[in-house]
Amino acid sequence: MNSLRKTIDKLKPHFEEGGRFSKLRSVFEGFESFLFVSEKVTFRGAHIRDSIDLKRTMTVVIIALMPVLLFGCYNTGLQHFRSIGEDPGVLASFWFGFVKLLPLIIVSYVVGLGIEFIAAQIRGHEINEGYLVTGLLIPLIMPIDIPLWMLALSVAFAVILGKEVFGGTGMNIFNPALLARAFLFFSYPGWMTGDKVWTEGLVSGAGVIDGYSGATPLGLCALGETAKLPSFMNMFLGTIPGSVGETSTVAILLGAVILIVTGIGSWKIIVSVFGGGLVMGLLLNALSANPYMELPFYYHFVMGGFAFGAVYMATDPVSGSQTETGKWIYGFLIGLLSILFRVLNPAYPEGVMLAILLMNLFAPLIDYYVVQSNIRRRLKRAQLATNNLVK
Amino acid sequence: MEGKEKDPLFSGKNIKLLTDQINRNNPITVQVLGICSALAVTVKLKPALVMALSVTIVVAVSNVVIAAMRKYIPDRIRIIVQLVVIATLVIIVDQVLKAYAFDVSKQLSVFVGLIITNCIIMGRLEAFAMANKPWPSFLDGLGNGAGYGIILIIVSFFRELLGSGTLMGYPVLEKIGIYRIGYENNGMMILPPMALIVVGLIIWFQRSRNKSLIEK
Repeated sequence: MNSLRKTIDKLKPHFEEGGRFSKLRSVFEGFESFLFVSEKVTFRGAHIRDSIDLKRTMTVVIIALMPVLLFGCYNTGLQHFRSIGEDPGVLASFWFGFVKLLPLIIVSYVVGLGIEFIAAQIRGHEINEGYLVTGLLIPLIMPIDIPLWMLALSVAFAVILGKEVFGGTGMNIFNPALLARAFLFFSYPGWMTGDKVWTEGLVSGAGVIDGYSGATPLGLCALGETAKLPSFMNMFLGTIPGSVGETSTVAILLGAVILIVTGIGSWKIIVSVFGGGLVMGLLLNALSANPYMELPFYYHFVMGGFAFGAVYMATDPVSGSQTETGKWIYGFLIGLLSILFRVLNPAYPEGVMLAILLMNLFAPLIDYYVVQSNIRRRLKRAQLATNNLVK
Repeated sequence: MEGKEKDPLFSGKNIKLLTDQINRNNPITVQVLGICSALAVTVKLKPALVMALSVTIVVAVSNVVIAAMRKYIPDRIRIIVQLVVIATLVIIVDQVLKAYAFDVSKQLSVFVGLIITNCIIMGRLEAFAMANKPWPSFLDGLGNGAGYGIILIIVSFFRELLGSGTLMGYPVLEKIGIYRIGYENNGMMILPPMALIVVGLIIWFQRSRNKSLIEK
């Protein structure tokens, strides 16, 4: 450790103003603060600095993603071996999935961080940790078989047009990870929808046993074949085809606990998304016009990306509502719209992505009205007080 | 005639009317007018070209007509008079297209008729032709049409190439053989939102080259 510190100290002058590599200062700074605690102190006035900075926040979210990631690896292998009629055990399945998922994660990070580094150099900003979580979220919401160049393209789209254009981390209107998914969803629907893409190797079809369709629960529901659904328990555990990270509600709940206990994710948003889903689910149950609507409302919580979206996507502090009342409204509408899109629009089997992106757009408006109503309420209270004084 | 200090036909001032609209005062990227048709007709290059040509003809000719009558148009009914002129020209363009380029006319469908409501044309008549002589008005119309057209052509070039893999219907990407290594057409390029994003990118590019265009 000491020698590392010394090397960095020795290199430092080259990157300072006027040094040989002064243009790469933010790259250097990024690496230094990645390795060691930043020495930056505030010069003027009395400031209390909390140790919870962007780096800490992002690290917690990465930890909260671990259950989902690990289970995703296992399930990827499991689905693959099921499709070819083998059962090599948990470890082999996990290893298979890990090897398949690794290239996606590497491509996502290399492309995304590369663009962030370049953007930081051009602007003279510090490199920040904003992409660390997005970079891991993106592979988790993709089908495992997605071609790597498509992934790279979607990452570039999301980071440049979803984030850097608006001013970088913390300024984006939309959740960048969902933007990447939406881009691929509309650009290459053949790779993002249908039954074949969710299981590794099913597109090429080599060695697939008869009778294995690879259809996701949502795919079955969209066709009205609710009788063929896997059992509730299987969907809850997550041993079903789907995007890498979305299948297991158990793992997602584990992540949710980490996010809520550390205070990083807003429990209000998570709870209200489920609340919204519950209300819409019950409403559709009451209508019961087709088999999909008759599906018990709690099935919606374990199918598709509903839980994943509620826990990891809707709680994004940048693109979500900031006010406490706003969070309730924002989350509730996400839940409501997700189920509505899902059931009533067969063209888009997964409604969560679109619902969250739509509500991202409305989050500032919700906040605005919450703040305005608060101002009005306090004004009224103040007027009442002055009126009483006058009397 | 009436003017005492007559400008030569291609004086610097007149040339500027033509060129300014293509870059510094572009109707789409700077004035942000005529966006809807720019989104609707730019899926393929060919309809975009025809649309650009049609709008250029309508705006140039209507500019001349209105500029010639500008002293005789009562102020209170000038919008109606302008609309009559534009509508007449649009119907002529529409009929010509139907007669000589029926397939393109079908692709453009309602958008030829909607040239009437194109803000660029009304805007130029109100802002320029009502106060200038026919010749500068003609140049101004040509310039605006060209400025509108060049954006349409750039947008449709990228949308057709990346969305359908063709240019003017010719399968460029297939001939290059890029599909064999796993490339696929981008379906989002065909959807209208992507046209808006491409226009946005052009605006970005233009303003980063010409900082004076950036709004405060």
